Amino acid sequence: MIGADAIVKCLEAEGVTTVFGYPGVAICPFYNSILESDIRTILIRTEQNAAHAASGVSRITGRPGVCAVTSGPGATNVITGIATAFADSIPLICITGQVNSELLGSDVFQEADITGAVESFVKYSYLVKDANEIPRIVKEAFHIANTGRKGPVLIDVPIDVQNASVTRFKYPESVSLRTYKPTVKGNMVQIKKVVRELEKAKRPLICAGGGVLLGGAEKELCSFAEKHQIPVVSTMMGIGVMPTDHPLYFRMVGNNGKAYANRAMNESDLLIMVGARVADRAVNQPDMITRNKVLVHIDVDPAEIGKNAGPTIPLVGDAKHIFEDLEKEEFSCSTQEWIETLKNFRRTLATKRKPDPAYVDPAAFIMRLTERMEEDGIYVADVGQNQIWSCGYAKVRKGKFMTTGGMGTMGYSIPAAMGAKVAAPKRQVVAVCGDGSFQMSMMELATMCQHDIPVKIVVLKNNYLGMVRQYQHFTYKDNYSVVDLSGSPDLEKLSSAYGIPFLRLENMEKCDETIDAFLKDDVSMLLECIIDPMDLV
Amino acid sequence: MQKKVFQLLVINTSGVLSRIAGLFARRGYNVESITAGVTADPRITRITIVASGDDEILEQIEKQLAKLEDVRNIKELEPDKSVFRELIMIKVRAAAEQRQSIIAVADIFRAKIIDVAPESLIIELTGNQQKIDAFIDLLEGHEILEQARTGIAGLGRGTESVVQIDMV
Repeated sequence: MIGADAIVKCLEAEGVTTVFGYPGVAICPFYNSILESDIRTILIRTEQNAAHAASGVSRITGRPGVCAVTSGPGATNVITGIATAFADSIPLICITGQVNSELLGSDVFQEADITGAVESFVKYSYLVKDANEIPRIVKEAFHIANTGRKGPVLIDVPIDVQNASVTRFKYPESVSLRTYKPTVKGNMVQIKKVVRELEKAKRPLICAGGGVLLGGAEKELCSFAEKHQIPVVSTMMGIGVMPTDHPLYFRMVGNNGKAYANRAMNESDLLIMVGARVADRAVNQPDMITRNKVLVHIDVDPAEIGKNAGPTIPLVGDAKHIFEDLEKEEFSCSTQEWIETLKNFRRTLATKRKPDPAYVDPAAFIMRLTERMEEDGIYVADVGQNQIWSCGYAKVRKGKFMTTGGMGTMGYSIPAAMGAKVAAPKRQVVAVCGDGSFQMSMMELATMCQHDIPVKIVVLKNNYLGMVRQYQHFTYKDNYSVVDLSGSPDLEKLSSAYGIPFLRLENMEKCDETIDAFLKDDVSMLLECIIDPMDLV
Repeated sequence: MQKKVFQLLVINTSGVLSRIAGLFARRGYNVESITAGVTADPRITRITIVASGDDEILEQIEKQLAKLEDVRNIKELEPDKSVFRELIMIKVRAAAEQRQSIIAVADIFRAKIIDVAPESLIIELTGNQQKIDAFIDLLEGHEILEQARTGIAGLGRGTESVVQIDMV
């Protein structure tokens, strides 16, 4: 057995079923060994998307997705994908080939110091020097990626290490990392404090972030909120913590969120932030969430607590465990009046759009699309105006809403949707992007065709980089600079070049029929929606 | 394998130390110690690096360090033309009856006792590496509870070796 065989054996032991990647000489031993395995290999068309696709797998399975690329440019191309996963706390294992270890540091062909380059975007990284270390390293990498605050781990393997013989292969059953022991269970003293504050509170509110989804705590949060009738808002990464039409859910906060959700945050007297970073897009003025209220901050990463806002009650631990513990506590809080107030906010502060009937109204379209999608369908939003409309109007029931709220990487939706579809082949997966973000990942249409990954793609087309155009509209008084997308391909012809069926929706007439035709059958399809270029989110 | 001491005068920016450390990690160079501290001009930091490797590697280390934008001057501190000092603090277990013998050794080396506790002593010693190593050898038989070494700081002898950095 050689090092490359050992890596494959380790992946099998971790239950990995798919590897996304792009080979090159430095990773060839690995791609040769994987032929002997049942692990599916998918040739992505650019390395960044290998990481995004692995991120899609992670979000659906709750296990780290895996990508494997070559040294030098392969490794540097994957960095944006890794950084995206890091910002969104998505567990990922990224294996990179590396030049011969004897040549490290001598600037030979396709050498890049990838462990150095990704330092600030990974939870941890390894440069493997001895093939016998592979089982321990892979075991640790999966453990680190998927525990505590989740995130990407990179394993850089020089080609001579991949080819070196492994004298004794045994995949370790457990990990012993002396310095890495994330706190999972919440401190009971702190939990009791939260309960005492909840008893006193008249206007309690839970603000759920992506950590709730990463911790698989949706059910626990929902049942706790229902038991005590505590209303819930979410950050962008937290969308989907409870069904969007749940009577206690008041949608997304932040400068791109709902005014009534922000109002709820400001008016609450007890705010439980859980699995949220309190970053600028969600909480523009952190002092607003500490002023005149009790702030409880729950996070598995102690460094998040107090980073942007100093909480009254810090509570370190995994959201699932903490809500389980909280639910065991007996107390009562009366929130009838508060919920009525919030409903009132929702009526009076709802966004009033005046869509031009000559175009597809993205808000109404997304509502109707998500109503007509299968109940457990997976919706992947890209980045730009399309993302904000998706966050504002998508209806999530038993399905999943995925987007990159932390890094905001354009082009995320198509590869992430492919990863999701590979992980859950029976579920309906729809990627919704703009014409800018679509063109950042349109090379993956080939991957979808080659590997038969039937993802549905919506392109909201306005011939602009809409989000930036909107910013220039407000900030530079319509002095547009480098936001015009003229020269974009005819999507109908493009689709037919790939043999992918195409539909176009030009206005809201025939919206429902078109959506039904688009969603019918488990095949790839591209739906172009012509939207108002001057529309604002 | 040989050892060389390099003196670097670098612009005092945040991140300069990480750039230097990154270079050593990236190219797989061995570093034995690295010390840094501000010079008389607060805009400049003096870094003393003890590196090891064969001749070619040591030459590469010097050239690669010299290429870093923040490094204004690098030169080797040659042992016969330089003075080196290192500071060490050693906490030894010392019950009352052992104290005298430890203090006697410390006196010979002109080391200072800087903390006395019922069960332990902290000794401070400054000197070149040989002196410090010899001192540690003499403490054999005593239990060393904790030890902190600063790594080498050095200066060239005389005025000829002085490097002026023009910061204007």
